[in-house]
Amino acid sequence: MPPFRFLGLVVCTLAVAATGQAPSYSAEVRPILADNCFRCHGPDAASREANLRLDVPGHGAGAEVRRRIAATARDEVMPPPHSGKTLTAGEIETLQRWLAAGGEYERHWSFVPPLRPALPAVARGGGLRPIDRFVRARLSAVGLHASPAADRTTLVRRLYLDLIGLPPTPAQAQAFVADERPDAYERLVDELLGSPHYGEHQARRWLDLARYADTNGYEKDRARSIWPWRDWVIRAFNADMPFDEFTVRQLAGDMLDDASPDDLVATGFHRNTMLNEEGGIDPLEFRFHAMADRVATTGTAFLGLTLGCAQCHTHKFDPITHREYYGLMAFLDNADEPDYLIPDAAADARVAANRERAAGQLAELWENWPAEVGERDVLFATWLERGRDRAVTWAPLRIRAARSNLPTLRITGRDDDTIVASGDITKRDTYRLELAASDEAITAIRLEVLPDDRLPARGPGLTYYEGRKGDFFLTELELTIGSGDAAHRVEFGRASASYSQNQFRRKSAAPALAFDGDLQTGWSTHGRTGERHVAVFVPRAPIPAGQSLQLVMHFGRHFASPLGKFRLAATSAAGGAEAIALPFDEAGTREGLLRLPDRNLSAADRRRLRDAFLLSEPAVAKQVATIRRLLGSAEHRTTLILRERPAGERRVTHRHHRGEFLQPKEIVTPHLPEALFDGGGEQPRDRLGFARWLVSTQNPLTARVVVNREWAAFFGRGIVATVDDFGAQGALPTHPRLLDWLAVGFMADGWSMKRLHRRIVTSATYRQSSRVTAEHLARDPDNLWLARAPRLRLAAEVLRDAALVVAGKLSTRRFGAPVRPPQPAGVTEIAFGRPKWRASEGADRFRRSLYTWQKRTAPFAFHATFDAPSGELCLAQRERSDTPLQALTLLNDPMMLELAGALGDQLAEVAGEHGSEAAVRHGFERVLTREPNGEELAALARFVARRTRDADDATAWAALARALFCLDEAITRS
Amino acid sequence: MDSRPIAARLDRRRFLQDSALGLGGLGLGPSALAQLLGRDGVDGGERRFAPRAPHFRPRAKAVIHLFMAGAPSQLELFDPKPELTRLEGQPLPQSIIGDQRYAFIRPDAGVLGPRFPFARHGESGAVLGEPLRCLRSVVDKLCIVRSIHTDQFNHAPAQLFFNSGFGQPGRPSLGSWVLYGLGAETENLPAFVVMSTGSGLSGGTALWSSGFLPAPYTGVRFRNGKDPILNLSTPTEYRGAAQADTFELLGELNRQRFDAVGDPAIATRIASFESAARLQVAAPELLDLKSESQETLTLYGCEPERPSFARACLLARRMIERGVRFVNIFHEGWDAHTDVRGNTLRNCRATDQATAALIADLDRRGLLDDTLVVWGGEFGRTPMVETNPALGRKLGRDHHPQAFTMWFAGGGVRAGTTIGQTDDFGFHIVEDPIHVHDVQATILHLLGLDHERLTYRHAGRDFRLTDVHGHVVRSMLA
Repeated sequence: MPPFRFLGLVVCTLAVAATGQAPSYSAEVRPILADNCFRCHGPDAASREANLRLDVPGHGAGAEVRRRIAATARDEVMPPPHSGKTLTAGEIETLQRWLAAGGEYERHWSFVPPLRPALPAVARGGGLRPIDRFVRARLSAVGLHASPAADRTTLVRRLYLDLIGLPPTPAQAQAFVADERPDAYERLVDELLGSPHYGEHQARRWLDLARYADTNGYEKDRARSIWPWRDWVIRAFNADMPFDEFTVRQLAGDMLDDASPDDLVATGFHRNTMLNEEGGIDPLEFRFHAMADRVATTGTAFLGLTLGCAQCHTHKFDPITHREYYGLMAFLDNADEPDYLIPDAAADARVAANRERAAGQLAELWENWPAEVGERDVLFATWLERGRDRAVTWAPLRIRAARSNLPTLRITGRDDDTIVASGDITKRDTYRLELAASDEAITAIRLEVLPDDRLPARGPGLTYYEGRKGDFFLTELELTIGSGDAAHRVEFGRASASYSQNQFRRKSAAPALAFDGDLQTGWSTHGRTGERHVAVFVPRAPIPAGQSLQLVMHFGRHFASPLGKFRLAATSAAGGAEAIALPFDEAGTREGLLRLPDRNLSAADRRRLRDAFLLSEPAVAKQVATIRRLLGSAEHRTTLILRERPAGERRVTHRHHRGEFLQPKEIVTPHLPEALFDGGGEQPRDRLGFARWLVSTQNPLTARVVVNREWAAFFGRGIVATVDDFGAQGALPTHPRLLDWLAVGFMADGWSMKRLHRRIVTSATYRQSSRVTAEHLARDPDNLWLARAPRLRLAAEVLRDAALVVAGKLSTRRFGAPVRPPQPAGVTEIAFGRPKWRASEGADRFRRSLYTWQKRTAPFAFHATFDAPSGELCLAQRERSDTPLQALTLLNDPMMLELAGALGDQLAEVAGEHGSEAAVRHGFERVLTREPNGEELAALARFVARRTRDADDATAWAALARALFCLDEAITRS
Repeated sequence: MDSRPIAARLDRRRFLQDSALGLGGLGLGPSALAQLLGRDGVDGGERRFAPRAPHFRPRAKAVIHLFMAGAPSQLELFDPKPELTRLEGQPLPQSIIGDQRYAFIRPDAGVLGPRFPFARHGESGAVLGEPLRCLRSVVDKLCIVRSIHTDQFNHAPAQLFFNSGFGQPGRPSLGSWVLYGLGAETENLPAFVVMSTGSGLSGGTALWSSGFLPAPYTGVRFRNGKDPILNLSTPTEYRGAAQADTFELLGELNRQRFDAVGDPAIATRIASFESAARLQVAAPELLDLKSESQETLTLYGCEPERPSFARACLLARRMIERGVRFVNIFHEGWDAHTDVRGNTLRNCRATDQATAALIADLDRRGLLDDTLVVWGGEFGRTPMVETNPALGRKLGRDHHPQAFTMWFAGGGVRAGTTIGQTDDFGFHIVEDPIHVHDVQATILHLLGLDHERLTYRHAGRDFRLTDVHGHVVRSMLA
């Protein structure tokens, strides 16, 4: 990574100026040791050579080290030739001077809590803001000078692009340029910080860190709904939610006292991990990978540490042991990962309205019965009779104990007859239930599978990947009477169900397949998720009263598919019983009505039975299809959340040898790495405590990491260039005291992001011109010392949004489900299943890019071309590359052409009214904010003259717009 | 110190002389650009790909990687196991299976005998299954390795593992590493090209992603249809004079801006537009198969206008001729959970002739010596049968990471050899186990790159394609 080396170079240059002094351990010595020595003489005991540690004091090997680094013999010199590392003469000299001066160690700078530093004295520093004093102090040390302020037109464009991610319109720019009040700039800053677009722009970088996408990743890469979390982030930025609160809610919002629905939505941060739905995977293996991702992401986003390096072994460079890595994982490991039905009064109202409409339509159907399907009253009477024949009395089967291979089973229900399952599931799950003895002989057993809002797609199954959410697949049911030697299996003779359907439609599913001895066949209610259904199993011979029973239920196929909620009951009715199909009878009340004689039925009861008849009568199946859809319609949004497991159901975290899923070793409890926890106060115990510690003053890292990342967003590089690595291998800060001043100030300001941004953009350093002089190129090509403002290519989304604004097409609608703007054909077809990209209609084609559907295995082409991430990994800072493919995209992408056409039409109109030059000026200003100079105007005029000669006006002006969009300046923030 | 913007000190005439393709006024040509960017650290689109010296003398300059996605059955094509015929229907001993996890089948499924006869071919006497009718003709050019094993048993992770050394997305692909290590030999075409035939890919675009390497190292997809590279063609209304005017205007305004603000990034941007213009000329020329003889088209079985594996192979040869460094052809469709016989026949029909033609064609043009051709999938297939009435499957094979076959040709590999041996069931490797990381190390080695020295600092660590593993397989080297 070049920036690191550059910094080293500069630091060395500075050090040479101070020859004679002992070199600074942190600034000069440690980087050399970390790069060359720590791999074998560092924190990792497993790979340590000669029992020598050079990352901590007290090794007493100074003399030996001095000799070995200066040695020339292959078997003497350090680092040894096979390491591929060599020390430069300068590095050897630095180490020699350091050791000669006693070899003093310092704690790695980033592990020492930041203190508010004094402002440096700067010549002519009166009136300078603190940021500028820190920057100027460094500038004068290296003999460079700050650049003059940028002109107002440049500034207004810069500020708009940086704060809200949209360029100003000419009118907006003009308003600022013409504003002569002394605080005009500050007023503009505040206006933009208050803009609803601020959150949309700032959220994007957080989404990169959170590896946000709208699909699950891996092979199938199917859609997921987690955009409510994305909207939560936008709102949090707009509301200037303090970053500490922002952190705690996202990592542990579910654990807060009286957690609100919003707090639950916020926990989506760590649900942005990928989900492998490929046929036949081991779900627990990919859950482990997701956990590793969560640890690594937490490290990058909050701690600026490469924690992932300690997944397989103790970190080679930073003081994080292998065990401590799993201690961190244990904090995050104790949550279930449900889909969350977001409470929503409007959705409730829609559900109620749907029900009402359904009721109306059922009544209507009853009244206007289609005579051609048969006599209504006869059919109803037959249905009722049949139902009454089948309606037997069911007694709950009390469950005494429930065990499983892994899922958590909870016995609930008034009669202890209901099981609710949760937690981790596998491809072969087995539930073992001990049932209380029945007072009467049992002639049939009823299994009711039940919906529940806590289950995927409301259940009744727990399937959450590969298959349809909420499905189950019961492959075998084994009922045993008695125990010990006297135990014997009950043989079932027949079974029936209210509904059976296999996910694989050509294959059958039936309750009788659950006692055929074949684990590949079974019963499922695929296609009717969110509904109650029943299966009734009839033993060949009645089960005598007073016998204890064991029921073993087997679930699974090539994906995990156990039941999430069910209930058991038994009957002693002679000859057994049959399942009754009563659609939408979630509470089973209608079945009860069937047992009542006509005279005991109220009018409402009668209506309920009538509706049940209509919904299940095959003769009118076609007519009730829409009613069914109304009743089954999912009106509530869902999003992915974390929910801490209840006490007593703690998930156990192991250390994994070599980081491998299949090599779990000893159990590890949650704990912080020693190097980060100074012993003050108590170790956090759980995810909430961990989240709070992250944003406490006891943690030396988070505030620094955050202010550094924000700094990088405005200046193109961080004060620490490695924004994702504050460890030994990371870059050293160019302005360490400024970093600490910002970090301490950030915390003192109540972790306010808007104040931090305000502080940065109101500095003279930010407001400088970005003009690059030969001196800059010669002395500070990478702009480490900030003698000028950076010129930065716009991020993919900003670039596209800017074109939308310029063309007058941007839809400012905020929030909501992702949209699909047009993109070239064939982009998504490369992915599994060759999905087609169907572009959205209307204004959704022109929404801010943030709302674009993000498919991990085939990202939106425009974004990918301009370095947007795929959402597969946490990303702290994007690259800004420059490729021929970008040129082609700007020139020919259908969206860009559409926008060029739109702008061209407007320019043609201006030209018609005010003449060609006015249109040229107008177009130039729209795209670049500033006015063209004479030379530019001449070139533009030549172009327009030629084009209008060769082509119709619309095409000619569109060609001008197309060219303007391609200008370096158009895609750059100057 | 001269504080004028640097552009002011460059000879204006040089810009014009160097501008490519006579498009006029485009700005900087490569040499002026190189002069301007004559240092490291600038994110230069051009300089990034300047040819770089390998670690040692390479045997191959370019790679064509024929990735058989879905995983072909080695038991039908390369690794004959008569014992499976004898035991057909019986389960394997538990001692063989161990605790291996499977995607679909149960470990006690019965074995399935090979669906085809095998025979020896060529002077080397290499053994091939009957469906590989064409490959026979070039079998003496191949180094067949029957003892490859991998860590992953699901498609997406295993495809990623083979192509990036890691079972999850985020790492640079093989092609990206090669480009990073060696740079490009062509300025007119992307140096790392990806083509795909068959159905959609499990691993998705991550299979040719640059991962944490800079984005320009990402493979550039050549698609079927009229716009082989995304947004390559200029819309009709902007062609001809309109395009020339546009480039002239862009050059003029960008150069003026460069004069005014002096940012070298503007020069890079100008160069990128220049490269784009070259690509617009070079790509259609590459794709125009009119210059190919009928004999060649017939050899490949290529109909010029019809997208196919054959066309991709022929294009791959043309790319190699034009200096492309790494060509990846993904052919998806080998995932024979059911009817492994029919699946194998179908995919061999689609690929066998063109594959053999590619070897023969490269050879007769003298390109095979320094072009490495790699053929293989992400894992193998089980000796056990996959039968699942619930999924409508019969006579298929499940995923098998323990042993599978790949072959290599050209580029310094030992031709006419077969390496490695599996047990009587084709379940375990009993001789010369070669891990995917070893294959990766060997490919890099043939290109003159030491897999332990080809590193990139990311997230505090020097990453390698082979992680901390991998050994160059000496027995594969000529």
